[in-house]
Amino acid sequence: MIQIRGLEKYFGTLQVLKGIDLDIPKGEVLSIIGASGSGKSTLLYCINGLEAIQAGTVSVAGTDVHAKGTDVNKLRQKMGMVFQQWNSFPHLTALENVALAPKIVKGKSKAEARDIAAKQLKHVGLGDKLDVYPSALSGGQQQRLAIARALAMEPDYMLFDEATSALDPELVGEVLDTMRLLAEDGMTMICVTHEMSFARDVSDRVAFFHEGVIEEIDTPANIFGVPKSEHLQKFLSNIR
Amino acid sequence: MLDYNFHWRPVFKSLPDLLAAGLTTLEIAALSMVLGIIFGLALALIRMHMRGPLKWVASAWVELARNTPALFQLFFFGFGLGAVGIHMSPYVIVLAALSFNCAGYLAENFRGGFQAIPDTQIRAARSLGMTAWQSYTRIIIPQVFRIVYHPLTNQIVWAVLMSSLGMLVGFRELSGETQALASRTYRIFEYFAVTAVIYYVIVKIILGASRLLSARLFRY
Ligand SMILES: Nc1ncnc2c1ncn2[C@@H]1O[C@H](COP(=O)(O)OP(=O)(O)OP(=O)(O)O)[C@@H](O)[C@H]1O
Ligand SMILES: [Mg+2]
Repeated sequence: MIQIRGLEKYFGTLQVLKGIDLDIPKGEVLSIIGASGSGKSTLLYCINGLEAIQAGTVSVAGTDVHAKGTDVNKLRQKMGMVFQQWNSFPHLTALENVALAPKIVKGKSKAEARDIAAKQLKHVGLGDKLDVYPSALSGGQQQRLAIARALAMEPDYMLFDEATSALDPELVGEVLDTMRLLAEDGMTMICVTHEMSFARDVSDRVAFFHEGVIEEIDTPANIFGVPKSEHLQKFLSNIR
Repeated sequence: MLDYNFHWRPVFKSLPDLLAAGLTTLEIAALSMVLGIIFGLALALIRMHMRGPLKWVASAWVELARNTPALFQLFFFGFGLGAVGIHMSPYVIVLAALSFNCAGYLAENFRGGFQAIPDTQIRAARSLGMTAWQSYTRIIIPQVFRIVYHPLTNQIVWAVLMSSLGMLVGFRELSGETQALASRTYRIFEYFAVTAVIYYVIVKIILGASRLLSARLFRY
């Protein structure tokens, strides 16, 4: 369970998050949509402690992420994150990319880490690419590699920040399919996305961000069928 | 000029001494590279991430190392410090001066290398639960190392050649040894000609080794 209360975030004098309250129960798939610059990425960074916050609290499974004594490195093991830019580590093979964190963060043996990595890579359809360097992978494959890398830490939560928006259109499908599979497995997911079909078909709830606040949050049927706020209506009509 | 008679025999007789001195040259160049890399990395990180006195010291170091003659830097560690009562052996003086110089040059190379790695690599590493230290040592520095690999090779060559200045503070590396032997026999040209060949061979060996190593290290 992720619990966010009164979250405020500033970059200098620019207020990017203006009081966010949000509960994400275990097993939920939440999609976040909204215009560019509305604070969606920033929210994800605040949830796993990659950005500091100025007011409010974020708690993950009962642990206050931003409290002084919190071991964020430990907390982040429970939260996988996939970024818009796929961020594979270019100096490591696919297998090494995935095996590294289990080995040095979780202290798994080399053999164990390799097994976990091979299993996760197979899971995302990269079973035949174990010893390939990322430069020889397509964008979609690199993004699936990033998903496998996050999953190898056996997280309870997965945060996706526009995992498909830097991909060529024909590669979007394979990454979305991988995310769908994960959702079906019962993973708790927060997905910032521009893929409205994914938001509609896969998520339990959809949150619409507007200028640093959650302006509307509801089931996909209501968000896309009967949008209430004017901004959301406008946002959706621009996309269609 | 045409009256000059070449006499190579004394040079060839003392070849073992010259080669031994060549090893000393190689040793001091290698040591100063190790120190130069450690201090250069530290200088680059300090200049990128810190404020205040430590940053000023680091910046002054880099500026002085890059913008004053290497010879003056050597004299500073030798005669300059000697004048205020700090006396070091010629070996230590040369090592200190070479390391100081290498660290300054490498610091700028490292800084360029760090800036070439996108921030998102750190974010990705941290998001996996890696500590800042782990992110740097496992993700960032290996990539920086590849970027600075060729400048690093050039720097080793430079250290080998620059160590010849050591003879001016009484250090018996390859040039110092050559000078000593040459002045004993007056076959100055012959000695320095042979020593030039030894320098040339040392540099070629370093460049060859560097190429082999890079093929093994960087497979991506
Ligand atoms: N490190 C930073 N320093 C200063 N301002 C920042 C920083 N990161 C983000 N911002 C600003 O915060 C605001 C929200 O950014 P954020 O990336 O969270 O938006 P977003 O909703 O994810 O947009 P997009 O859809 O374009 O990814 C923007 O105005 C952005 O310019
Ligand atoms: Mg964003």
